[in-house]
Amino acid sequence: MQKHQYEVLVVGAGGAGLTAALYASKNASTAVISKLYPTRSHTGAAQGGIGAALGNTEEDHPEWHAYDTVKGSDYLGDQDAIDFMAAEAVDAVYELEHMGLPFSRNPDGTIAQRPFGGHTNNNTGKPVRRACYAADRTGHMILQTLYQQSIKNNVIFFDEFYVLDLLIVDGRTAGVVALELATGEMHIFQAKAVIIATGGHGRVWETTSNAYSYTGDGVALTLRKGIPAEDMEFYQFHPTGIYRMGILITEGVRGEGGVLINGEGDRFMETYAPTVKDLASRDVISRAMYLEMKAGRGVDGKNYMNLDVTPEVVNHFSVIDGRTNPDGSPYRVTAGDILSKLPDIIDFCETYIGVNPIAEPMPVQPTAHYAMGGIPTNKYGEVVVDEKNTVLPGLYAAGEVACVSVHGANRLGTNALLDLIVFGKYSGLKAAEYAAGEPYTDLPSEPEAFAMKQLNDLRNSNGKENMVDIAAEMKSVMADHVGVFRVEEGMKEAVDKMAEIKERFKDINVDDQGLKYNMNLIEAWELSNLIDVANITAVSALARKESRGAHSRDDYPDRDDKKWLKHTLAWMENGGIRLAYKPVTITDYQPKARSY
Amino acid sequence: MQVTLKVFRYNPEDDKKKHYDTFTLDAEPTDRVLDLLERIKGKEDGTLGFRRACAHGVCGSDAIRINGVNRLACKVLVQDLKSKTMLIEPILGLPIEKDLIVDMEPFFDHYRSVMPYFVNDDPPPKKERLQSPEERERFDDTTKCILCGACSTSCPSFWVNGKYVGPAAIVNAHRFIFDSRDQAAMERLEILNDQFGVYRCHTIFNCTDACPRDIQITQAIGEVKKAIMKGSVD
Repeated sequence: MQKHQYEVLVVGAGGAGLTAALYASKNASTAVISKLYPTRSHTGAAQGGIGAALGNTEEDHPEWHAYDTVKGSDYLGDQDAIDFMAAEAVDAVYELEHMGLPFSRNPDGTIAQRPFGGHTNNNTGKPVRRACYAADRTGHMILQTLYQQSIKNNVIFFDEFYVLDLLIVDGRTAGVVALELATGEMHIFQAKAVIIATGGHGRVWETTSNAYSYTGDGVALTLRKGIPAEDMEFYQFHPTGIYRMGILITEGVRGEGGVLINGEGDRFMETYAPTVKDLASRDVISRAMYLEMKAGRGVDGKNYMNLDVTPEVVNHFSVIDGRTNPDGSPYRVTAGDILSKLPDIIDFCETYIGVNPIAEPMPVQPTAHYAMGGIPTNKYGEVVVDEKNTVLPGLYAAGEVACVSVHGANRLGTNALLDLIVFGKYSGLKAAEYAAGEPYTDLPSEPEAFAMKQLNDLRNSNGKENMVDIAAEMKSVMADHVGVFRVEEGMKEAVDKMAEIKERFKDINVDDQGLKYNMNLIEAWELSNLIDVANITAVSALARKESRGAHSRDDYPDRDDKKWLKHTLAWMENGGIRLAYKPVTITDYQPKARSY
Repeated sequence: MQVTLKVFRYNPEDDKKKHYDTFTLDAEPTDRVLDLLERIKGKEDGTLGFRRACAHGVCGSDAIRINGVNRLACKVLVQDLKSKTMLIEPILGLPIEKDLIVDMEPFFDHYRSVMPYFVNDDPPPKKERLQSPEERERFDDTTKCILCGACSTSCPSFWVNGKYVGPAAIVNAHRFIFDSRDQAAMERLEILNDQFGVYRCHTIFNCTDACPRDIQITQAIGEVKKAIMKGSVD
């Protein structure tokens, strides 16, 4: 067993973790612990863009960005935090550019921007070009750039270390216990401040755009320490995943003029969102797709829609929509334009389904994509642990794992990358500031004992349950009952089934008893995290008797601001789950009906 | 259909010699090789060690050798392979840790040695630094690198001498050398103008063939060589 001491520890090395580390390390001794090599982080899979009202090709304002985000959140987002994020967005993007990020460019040399769902000119209601992009690999470029800068700034990394336990002593953060994957050795990291930036948990569901590694580690870690999870019932299903595989097809496809077509050849979004059509927000489009499929209008009678970005179709609908270029000329695209703006999408489709999107439509269905909920924080990334937003000293969270909440009940495209940069930055700054004024908290004797016992019990687990079977059961239950549309009976069944699955997990079989790279053991641990997160998602969803954003109930089809304009907090306690609620922060924008 | 995977196995902990295990399983033509490895680990033998994360070719975790050539396990489908029998082995030239997992540290050491980061010491402007679409296009290809290591570990020069920085490091140097906003091109060219730098490349093109991102690696190395000879990137 080895011991380490750093003033600030960052857990996770994606966009939020790396940004936090870059900022914290300016003023405090800092290390990053990550279960993956940093460049494997899921930030790298983000495609379409990062939102900021640069106004490079048309009028735009941070205030418009803020309003669109509030509206997109179905009024569940905290408006102080949203105002803050939208205002910080412009400098965040310039800062990335100054770090060398190779954004695509306009002819005048400025950063190129494209339209994205729910981002509008607030005067006309029409789509606005706000998504700053690098082809269709914006997340890749952000991740690479941040990692490059981390190397330049000598940030210390513990790659392929898996955090098992968070040490909290007398209500103060004291460090973490982590397993070194290469050796199986335990490491104790004493720290004044810990920033959790472990990403999301899409692997709870059957069809997902998320990496294998997105297993809810951060939320499960903090739940086990008595910290609540916020708004877990709000999980985003992205409208366009590759049929049956779930691989993401960026909303940027529709930003470039692509349209969704049902089995009857109709551009059905005209009915559901007459103003912005295919650029409505994601919850609206995913629901529309399900309704179309339910009405028998899936393509070839199957549960998918066509996403068409062939130049003929794009140009046909651009004429109908009266879409123009920034200079006022009619918007028209060629095959070459599509190829240069969406090269990875074309590659994915050719590789995995043998479809060339320049010549034929892509079969798509909604795919589990993004957690709006997570570890509750304020806008500085400080973790808050109750209805009164009491800060837990020394603990921070940022990125998808956190719930600030800037995304509320539904996140707008491009705001995830923005969230990483803005809240990664402020959690890093705040953590270093905290560390400068506070002593280390003494560690308990044998701080590793708890994690070690759990891990060894699991390692020697020789039961009759196969973990793949248990995972498949969880994914199917959650897909059937806690997906795009929800009803009381279904969610009740999910809650019961998840309790059953949690029991079955106790009788799991782990084949590998070794120390070196015991991935079998890590996956068992990850599965237990997923089960906790799925469980709390189902319970939080069942309790919310309204439809808001991504939480859509057939039995309560309307938003109910009187009863439900509030955040859910869920604690894992005594083998059960306790729920409480806290108010939403409203500043400038009073809730009103939401249409696109 | 049925497929057979002959999988390289090595676990230093149980003192067994390096060997191959054979698994036969049902597969769809559209299954990824990664799907098959997952199925083996989930149902046949949980001790099988390999890395993976995104499962669609953008994170670079799962570079392995499939039938003797470097590929990402998540980017090769059963139907892409000529044979229903596949030989699955770790990439070459890096120490094997366990089964298909190799020690990536020597690879990242080479990467870190070429200043793979943006350098511009002028005070930044209030807004973005301007760059024309043409200037941006100049280094577009090498921005696609995901650091999977498939290129460097397919290179005979790298196999012969692990001190060679390898194609991946040169690709990442290229990405900055030809970026109009960057100021450290000459320093990087100096680093690569070394006996273990670009001249170890004998244009065998294995790297270009291995790249899952279709980067024209041999061409990029050639451009760096040319810049060194000219003493300029123009």
